[in-house]
Amino acid sequence: MSAATTPTTAITYREAMREAIREALVRDERVFLMGEDVGRYGGCYAVSLGLLEEFGPERIRDTPLSESAFVGAGIGAALGGMRPIVEIMTVNFSMLALDQIVNNAAALLYMSGGQFNVPLVIRMTTGAGRQVAAQHSHSLEAWYAHVPGLRVLSPATIDDARRMLWPSVCDPDPVIIFEHGQLYNARGELTEDPVTDITSAAIRRRGEDVTIVAFGGTLGPALEASEQLAAQGIEAEVIDLRSLRPLDSETFLASVGRTHRAVVVDEGWRTGSVSAEVAARITEEAFYDLDAPVTRVCSAEVPMPYAKHLEEAALPQPDKVVAAVRQLGG
Amino acid sequence: MGDFTMPSLGADMEEGTVNQWLVKPGDEVHRGDIVAVVETEKSTIEIEVFENGVVDELVVEEGETVPVGTVIARLTSETTAATVHSPVLRHLAEQLHVDLSSVTGSGVGGTVTRADVERAGAARVEGAPPGTRPVPQRRGQRHRKAAERATGRTRSSPYARRLASQLGIDVAAVQGSGPGGSVVEADVRRAAAEPAGTGGPMAASVEAAGEVAASSQVGDKQAAMRQAVGALMARSKREIPHYYLSTTIDVAAAVTWLERANLERPVTSRLVLPALLVKATARAVAKVPEMNGFFVDDEFRPSAAVHVGVAISLRSGGVIAPAIHDVDTLALDDLMRALRDLVVRARSGVLRSSEMSDPTITVTNLGELGVESVFGVIYPPQVALVGFGQVGDRVVARDGMVGVRPCLTATLSADHRASDGHRGGRFLAEIDRLLQEPETL
Repeated sequence: MSAATTPTTAITYREAMREAIREALVRDERVFLMGEDVGRYGGCYAVSLGLLEEFGPERIRDTPLSESAFVGAGIGAALGGMRPIVEIMTVNFSMLALDQIVNNAAALLYMSGGQFNVPLVIRMTTGAGRQVAAQHSHSLEAWYAHVPGLRVLSPATIDDARRMLWPSVCDPDPVIIFEHGQLYNARGELTEDPVTDITSAAIRRRGEDVTIVAFGGTLGPALEASEQLAAQGIEAEVIDLRSLRPLDSETFLASVGRTHRAVVVDEGWRTGSVSAEVAARITEEAFYDLDAPVTRVCSAEVPMPYAKHLEEAALPQPDKVVAAVRQLGG
Repeated sequence: MGDFTMPSLGADMEEGTVNQWLVKPGDEVHRGDIVAVVETEKSTIEIEVFENGVVDELVVEEGETVPVGTVIARLTSETTAATVHSPVLRHLAEQLHVDLSSVTGSGVGGTVTRADVERAGAARVEGAPPGTRPVPQRRGQRHRKAAERATGRTRSSPYARRLASQLGIDVAAVQGSGPGGSVVEADVRRAAAEPAGTGGPMAASVEAAGEVAASSQVGDKQAAMRQAVGALMARSKREIPHYYLSTTIDVAAAVTWLERANLERPVTSRLVLPALLVKATARAVAKVPEMNGFFVDDEFRPSAAVHVGVAISLRSGGVIAPAIHDVDTLALDDLMRALRDLVVRARSGVLRSSEMSDPTITVTNLGELGVESVFGVIYPPQVALVGFGQVGDRVVARDGMVGVRPCLTATLSADHRASDGHRGGRFLAEIDRLLQEPETL
């Protein structure tokens, strides 16, 4: 092996995710992919392009347009000993399967007194930025992160897209993976990332002046903001949550203990969001470390607009993060 | 509670050095325990703690010199929760003008609850004189913020407050640069970097003392002592309108009684005249209470207890006047013991903080040196000082006869803001009367 010396080639987030699915299909014959247009069409976001040809219709299965039905089928298959990966086109559509996910997938282990676990992986797209308006663009991660019994992941980097799926498939309980629609075309090189677990948050940039907490689609704007801030002499520490449930509070609390200031960036609506949970935990557990109130940069509390300039105005952009940090003073 | 600060051991003390800690973190302490030995410009003093609790942290290290009021240790009271009040509770207390530290908690482990604060607030309003009742504020009222500022609350970040207390800085005195003028970390660090006492009236003397302290150790100490005494006496003469009275007291009865009383006592516990003089002074206060107490905030506050400060000259130079507590009710033998103990400890330089900080009246006795009369300078914020001169045989006319009797001159220096000459005369006369009946003392 010469992995260390062979130059790695840049791949997209989409390709990294496809590779991850391939790996799962190859490593475990109980794994199969199921969802709308995942087979013949190659996936609504082309993640599964070519997999039908490679693995056949038994393992790459197109389903009718009924989220409730195919998520329910996935739960049944998982209970029957399979390791299904179910793709839902967007988080907005997953509302139709909410009953299956919350009342069945998340609850069956408890309801059966520990007899039936549900080793199901559900992948879905989240987020805005592609002018697909108010029924395809929302970030509802917080709704799932609210539910005990689910593990909720938010891979924001090429590495995580490539490496978080297999441990999710191995997890004996239901895992939901959010893929931000804006990230599919992101290109980067796979690294030998030391972080390969599905439980911890990661520090993406070191800094000592302020902690910026982000995840999924907001990691990019947070890192961009931190570069702008660095040019102004402010060194931001950027935390990527990676896992929204369970939430690794230790990492961001320790960071706040060093920087004494925190800004949370979340593409979800502010009210009842993941950022609300992070801010609450900082206030509960690091109050006496705070030199300024915890500040949040979230999406405007409106259904996501279609018009490009309005959509941009509604989303947490780097300049808003910079402004929020500067407002903290110090 | 929680913060244990460098106590003011007398009006002249501006800073102190922690010579020795007698406790360590984790130790349980009780009210009255001696926890540290502090060296001031005047002497070495054992510092007592006034609350029960557990030592959390020693903030100031041995050998470090800090201004009065600096946090030198942190204690956790027996009911920790009761001391850390939630922001909501503090806000409520502020609205109701309730001092949280005075509220008794009824919650779990003595925690102060909303109901406790509301009760205290109600009690406060009932007890207040008409016209001073705070107007109840409706929730969300617009001018609440302004009112908050008017109450003098300092907006500061939690971290800034924590840091400030660690560094011994008063957040209220720090200029805030954060949002809305709030004090943030940077402000506290800036304040910490500045020399102590910046801009305050104490600054000049503290700095001067610091300069003096630059030379050799012994010379140092004496110079600092001189300076401390000087500053205090100058303040006294500047602020206190003294008036002086003197009278000659026939102490034949007292001397005779002492001789007889001492026949029954072993040498080590014999009584001396100064004990009688101190006792008579303390008892006379009952008749003329204007002599006993403090003049603070433009008014005289009489003291119910009589703690007599006894001026003791130190061999190294300088004078201190530590107190003997509750002299009016102390038996003569106990008083004698206390007096002896005090002189020994003052000269060896180990006094207790409470002895230094709370005398309510002072007695000075320069009789031993052959001084006939002493017109002393009042020790602020006290309002009176009684001086006794040498006992000597004098020719006295009494009941139409001429005789030779042991006499001394008693003097009174008193604060004219607290009393007039008439009352002062009454006071000296009462001391005289008491000394004629030594058996009652």
